[in-house]
Amino acid sequence: MSEAELLLWVRGPALQIATAIFLLGVVVRLAEILMLGRKKDLAEARGSAVAGGLRTIFSRFVPDRGTLQRSTFNVVAGYIFHIGFFVVLFLFTPHILLFQDVLNVSWPSLPTPMVDATTIVTIIALLAVLAHRLQNPVMRFLSGFQDYLVWLVTILPLVTGYLAFHRIGAVPPPTLIAIHILSVELLMVIFPFTKLMHAFTFFMARYYNGAISGYRGVNS
Amino acid sequence: MSASLDRGLNAFREQIDAPVAAFFSSCVHCGLCAEACLFYTETNDPTLTPIHKLEPLRRVWKQEYTFWGRYARAFGLTRPVTDEELTDWETLVYDSCTMCGRCSMVCPVGNDIAYMIRKMREGMAAAGHAPPDLVGATQRAVTIGSPMGVKLPALQAQIRHAEEELGFSIPVDVEGADYMLLLSSMEIMNFPEFISAIARIFKHANVSWTISSEAFEATNSGIQIGVSDIAAELVERIVAAAGKLKVKSVISPECGHAYMAIRWEGPNLIGRPYDFKVVHILELLEQLREEGRLRTTGKETQRLTYHDPCQISRRGGVVQQPRNLLNMVAEDFVEMPETGTMNWCCGAGGGVSSNERADDLRLKAFNRKKKQLDAIHPDAIVSACSNCRIHLEDGLEEYGMDMPVLSLTETIAEYLAGSEQAGSKE
Repeated sequence: MSEAELLLWVRGPALQIATAIFLLGVVVRLAEILMLGRKKDLAEARGSAVAGGLRTIFSRFVPDRGTLQRSTFNVVAGYIFHIGFFVVLFLFTPHILLFQDVLNVSWPSLPTPMVDATTIVTIIALLAVLAHRLQNPVMRFLSGFQDYLVWLVTILPLVTGYLAFHRIGAVPPPTLIAIHILSVELLMVIFPFTKLMHAFTFFMARYYNGAISGYRGVNS
Repeated sequence: MSASLDRGLNAFREQIDAPVAAFFSSCVHCGLCAEACLFYTETNDPTLTPIHKLEPLRRVWKQEYTFWGRYARAFGLTRPVTDEELTDWETLVYDSCTMCGRCSMVCPVGNDIAYMIRKMREGMAAAGHAPPDLVGATQRAVTIGSPMGVKLPALQAQIRHAEEELGFSIPVDVEGADYMLLLSSMEIMNFPEFISAIARIFKHANVSWTISSEAFEATNSGIQIGVSDIAAELVERIVAAAGKLKVKSVISPECGHAYMAIRWEGPNLIGRPYDFKVVHILELLEQLREEGRLRTTGKETQRLTYHDPCQISRRGGVVQQPRNLLNMVAEDFVEMPETGTMNWCCGAGGGVSSNERADDLRLKAFNRKKKQLDAIHPDAIVSACSNCRIHLEDGLEEYGMDMPVLSLTETIAEYLAGSEQAGSKE
């Protein structure tokens, strides 16, 4: 397979397969959660479950003061790599062009040097998060193979994208691009089977948490 | 597979619902729940991380309720949950968790971990892995009517005692009263002053009330050990008595889990809504205050703080009422850092205090409360749960702190305006 053929395959059939697994997988996972259902609460309500659920979806973005004080690194580094990842994914011009191509929608991009800097910051944050996971007794205790796998497939697109953009490495640029796209496809394929699902299910989890509390008149 | 393990796993399956699946799907192992749990912060033992306490339940969910897990299981790629693991998890689920729900307030993805611990206990109890002391308490609750073995004659003796002190009678089995008061065994045995305090306040505010001789016990061991059938049976006794006496409302006393049991879990346990209301005593006192029926004179000059019982405030929604009530009778009411719905548990709820095996751990965990108290140096602690009060007293003694622990209801009764007051504070 030549460089051009590889790139064509990666951008064509491979991307289609990865997208299909990603979308289908996510839909199946969300459906199997919702289909379990939940019993109607027969106790007399003090507050609104729906209002509580919607409130907690947003209020949980802000950590309580005690948690911020006790787990400052965890909260700050977590925020940096999440925001950084989304900025690079959604605000980089070539990515927006791809979304425009596939979804026919477009939005403004950030200047490329800013995205470039964000990539570096995000990679550093992810490295720091890994170091923290290995060194913090609770996180190391909780972590298994999947936690490290998910970390790897998250950082790979950032690293390969950075290398491809700056044409660093011994392989020719089209191959660098192909490797970058492949790393994204790996992320998409693994996504529905791992804790990466939290990107979708945390809305549900927060909603249920807030609804259980809201019904009792508590803001959670 | 043993029959008891089979029963336990079946109970797990029955408990898994959409919230549980959403919670387990969302956990990213960030470990923030550990820092929210007094059993972890005071021991630094990573195995006491709240989400880890649910590991067997999570495995059943993953292996049987996820697409990938079902295939992995079919190909023999997963390890089924064993009886030995449930044995290992018994202390994590019962001794080192009070179901206080602080972790549920902190989890960034929104997992309600306490909700799941409550569910997991159903499977643990069904598999025969509940602490022996809790089994005993539950058996006494079913056969005698009280987890502490308190029988009607004991209550009658305390009522007679109170009547002598008060000089008026306490209504028992009065049909058509507005309110039926429940009591916890601890109140009857350890804090009988609660009964006379309530009687004085209700006489003062002209509340029509009664105690039922058939269902006076408010506590519910069934929800602590995690046996819904028994919990439902205990709730049914109260429902029957409320129906017989044709009361409009049932009052949950100063006890955290009793409120959870009768107010929030009760109708769901028996599978139908009540035809009476359930109010916590603090809700009723606050209502009387708002209506101008609860009047006090004088104020406590000591520096007071309020310890929120978890099941009443964070898990129950009675948060502002005690503060309004305390401000009515306290000149110097100070909040602890991290209070209200973020208060730290005393360390003895959710059946931990009935479980002798957990004594050392709960006293160790009390160090969290000590730190909170050290930040404000109150003269006395006010609370609204007799279980919290007993453990607070225990913990204060253990740490060499000299500080009285008061009941909010009794404190209000001390400052009642008018002739109903028994003391000489005026």
